Amino acid sequence: MSREPYLLPNGRVLRYTFHERLVHWLTGVSYVYLLLTGLAFWSPWLFWIAIILGGATISRELHPWVGLVFTVGVSMMYRMWHRQMKETPADKTWWAAIGHYIRNEDDQVPSADRFNPGQKLLFWGFFWNGILLLLTGLILWFPQYIPWSLGFLRLAAVFLHPVFALCTIALFIIHVYMGTAMERGAFGSVIRGDVSRAWANEHHHTWYQQLLRDSTARK
Amino acid sequence: MSQAATELVRISGHAGPVPGAGLDREFTVCKLVDTTTCIGCKACEVACLEWNGYPFSETKFDNSYQTMPETAWNYWNLIKFNEHEREDGTLMLLMRKDQCMHCADPGCLAACPADGAIVQYANGIVDFQEANCIGCGYCMSGCPFNIPKFSPEARKVFKCTLCNDRVSVGLEPACIKACPTGCLHFGTKNEMKELAETRARQLREHSGFADAGVYDPPGVGGTHVIYVLHDAKHPELYGGLPNDPQVPLMVRLWKEPLKWIGNLGIIVGVVGIFIHYLRFGPKVVKGERKANGSEGENL
Ligand code: HEM
Ligand code: SF4
Repeated sequence: MSREPYLLPNGRVLRYTFHERLVHWLTGVSYVYLLLTGLAFWSPWLFWIAIILGGATISRELHPWVGLVFTVGVSMMYRMWHRQMKETPADKTWWAAIGHYIRNEDDQVPSADRFNPGQKLLFWGFFWNGILLLLTGLILWFPQYIPWSLGFLRLAAVFLHPVFALCTIALFIIHVYMGTAMERGAFGSVIRGDVSRAWANEHHHTWYQQLLRDSTARK
Repeated sequence: MSQAATELVRISGHAGPVPGAGLDREFTVCKLVDTTTCIGCKACEVACLEWNGYPFSETKFDNSYQTMPETAWNYWNLIKFNEHEREDGTLMLLMRKDQCMHCADPGCLAACPADGAIVQYANGIVDFQEANCIGCGYCMSGCPFNIPKFSPEARKVFKCTLCNDRVSVGLEPACIKACPTGCLHFGTKNEMKELAETRARQLREHSGFADAGVYDPPGVGGTHVIYVLHDAKHPELYGGLPNDPQVPLMVRLWKEPLKWIGNLGIIVGVVGIFIHYLRFGPKVVKGERKANGSEGENL
């Protein structure tokens, strides 16, 4: 599937293949469910979320299972993107210009490859926190099998699981904001898959230029 | 002792004072376990099962008299045996009735996320309301005494109720009723504390147990089950009774600072992106034009 052409005949650029979009939403939908049910148990003020989602008992039962789905999503994402997410020396200059990026002074931001360093941070943040959430989550899933002498494991898990969740929430808030409101066109790229040429050139200049070179080479 | 509801305050059309008015009643309940007069007969174990309707569980032999290694979701009351060799070479068989301590500051309740799954009554009883329990098992991490146990069938957690159903109608707990030696007592916390101290003094002054004392651990605010021990300096000898039980620090940090830092962080994050949008707006791609000529729309 990764063989799909990136320059579409209709003058637009295919940014994410069907496979990539599917994996994105498998991960995204399962994450949102985990977030909502997790928050319900995090604070008594949010317990109503679990009730809306079918009752607190069901939420407790399903949360770890959906956690496994989320883990599958993250693993598939790792397989398809980890090479493109590798940090490069050029990332440092991009981070140095982060103030310009935030203030939308994009002409002063170094050009980005398929994923800009901020997206890489999001990816690795979710990857590592996903692993840690799985490990602590497994302990929380089966507390009855942890012997009393290993009680510290349970205590570590009840404390650390929400810590890692909070780390992903920080990334998630920024991710959703950028993907919907801030970076117009980005949302369509994970729904229909394509973006305009101008968008690709502006936000992922290095990547787009490479696509152009590749397509002329193929001709 | 438990019945605030039966105490009269006013009576209509009644000549003279209200009977019992002005009583300074104490509603707290307390179970006193005098380990020095326990004979390990396990009558309390059986009484607990009978009253609460659980079948007798399979026993696990471990070279001692102990029925099983620890309490279970359907076995709330267990005598813990320890053959203790003293400094002078003599042997002592220590026996302690293990069950929920009904802490004044219960770690199980602090850890529980489910609305109304664990309640504490004014009389001191800490009770699980299984109808509200979601089976997360957080209470198992909060309890310093290893008491709440998960039932794989019910997928909920169970423990000793201090016979709340009996106490609330003026009866004593089933275990108390069954004890043949009088090693178990039931009354208000003050009464039991006094009785326990008297017994401990007796042991110190007349029976040669210089370290005899009462176990009512302050780390959990005191408990509504208290012990008289021959050796109060070493409670661990009595089937692993913790020396200074506390609600675990991790649970405290998780439920207080972490929660507030996390909540504040989330609110700051959401407000922050909103303000960012107001100040800087969306990223506009140069050279993109909508049909109407305005710049920036490139969906
Ligand atoms: C990766 C696999 C995961 C597993 C196996 C897992 C498992 C669990 C379990 C067993 C609990 C206890 C209550 C319940 O069952 O709902 C829990 C609580 C929680 N989970 Fe997860 N989880 C996972 C991923 C996540 C993710 C990705 C998030 C992200 C938001 C998350 C957020 C939470 C939160 C906030 C709580 C409540 C913590 C508290 O009460 O303080 N979990 N998790
Ligand atoms: S002994 Fe354990 S289960 Fe009983 S009240 Fe204390 S913390 Fe809760």
